Amino acid sequence: MAPTQMKQRVEEIEPFEAAQEIEGGDVVLVDTREPHEYQEAHLENGKLVPPGLLADEIAEAAPDRSARTILYCRSGNRSFTAAEQLQALGYTDVASMAGGILAWQEQGLPVVAASGMSAEQRDRYSRHTLLPEVGVDGQLKMLNAKVLLVGAGGLGAPTALYLAAAGIGTLGLVDDDVVDASNLQRQVIHNTERIGRPKTESARKTIEALNPDVDVVEHRARLDASNIVELLSDYDVIVDGADNFPTRYLLNDASVRLRKPVVSASILSFDGQISTFVPYEGPCYRCLYPTPPPAELAPSCSANGVLGVMAGTMGLLQANEVLKLVLGIGEPLIGRLLLFEALSTRFTELKVRRDPNCPICGESAPEIADEDLGKFPDYDAFCAG
Amino acid sequence: MATIRIPPVLRAQTGGLTEVEAAGSSVGEVLRALTAEHPATEEQLFGPDGELNRYVNVYLNDEDVRVLQGLETAVSAGDTVIIMPAMAGGR
Repeated sequence: MAPTQMKQRVEEIEPFEAAQEIEGGDVVLVDTREPHEYQEAHLENGKLVPPGLLADEIAEAAPDRSARTILYCRSGNRSFTAAEQLQALGYTDVASMAGGILAWQEQGLPVVAASGMSAEQRDRYSRHTLLPEVGVDGQLKMLNAKVLLVGAGGLGAPTALYLAAAGIGTLGLVDDDVVDASNLQRQVIHNTERIGRPKTESARKTIEALNPDVDVVEHRARLDASNIVELLSDYDVIVDGADNFPTRYLLNDASVRLRKPVVSASILSFDGQISTFVPYEGPCYRCLYPTPPPAELAPSCSANGVLGVMAGTMGLLQANEVLKLVLGIGEPLIGRLLLFEALSTRFTELKVRRDPNCPICGESAPEIADEDLGKFPDYDAFCAG
Repeated sequence: MATIRIPPVLRAQTGGLTEVEAAGSSVGEVLRALTAEHPATEEQLFGPDGELNRYVNVYLNDEDVRVLQGLETAVSAGDTVIIMPAMAGGR
């Protein structure tokens, strides 16, 4: 081998020249940066070969040593050095792109970038973005979604945890209660140190430690006809984990008015039920349950037991519904009531029809005044909650 | 015989039973067989007019009997009748 060949000067080309060659085809394009830089943004069809792995991996990325091979890095230095190495390895038609991807982008040339997501986020949500049904676009939908959880208790705790982990960008929490020791058998978002602290504050701390991407909005209040419309207006999806009928009917009436989807679950002892109410697309809560039961059949009014994992099971089914609604994929539980019995491990699905005479979403349902949201003629049927 | 599934809130009235076998050719007959065997369930299922209470949903298999023929809905052997009052527990 002639020594002069070894010392051949590396050809440098401008980004626009590289773009023309790439456009023309028959070019092997090699990205000589580190993986995290590559993930941030890279040239289409650029093959990643980090500098430290050049000798080991170049043969796979560029098997033909006589093929036109263009290298680029961030600013043109690492690719120049790598091009020298490739020439030493016997590559005969190598060029380094001057100014690297920075110059490329300055000239307005296109890159493949997970736009809107940081390198950290791309790493955190990679198991989501790997799913074709989710992808980067779906993850961005989640990061931009606003979900309101009514109740930060049994159902709200697991729902909030998983929605936060999933990267739902804004989580509103409505709860006016404080953490009690008897909550901790199932309300996994709280902990022993937080006994006596407001549930919304406790949940916010857990969520912030889990995922800094999530903006937690605390609503330390009880929903009533005076505040519900304004509160719901800011959110895309509502999760009903309320522990009493007045709140459930109030939430339904307001969400139908505002056309907000509600994922609604309830639990008692070893049993749970869940459905998704999308106004005018399917039935509403009043289509399913036209009137609330009397106090003796509404055991949420008194102390009743619940198996801790019931809250987790139903809460995560709620989270699953929320993610489908946000992503616009799959088949939400619209017009379907799903029952889960823990003791027999049995799921049962019942049909729920829209009621044409529904006082809220029926064909001739009147517009309801704010102060009448959630009301019933026989209001005494409600227990104190 | 049809199988009636008893919701948690009614199990105190059925001695803890979660399912009860009952005879009858209509939903009404099947439910009346239940109330005959477990009389404490009657006032929670039926109003003074003999109709189902509005707050109790009854399904024949997976369909709400309100969109079928109500208490007159025919029941075949092996059918399941599900009683499902609203539940509010979320905590």
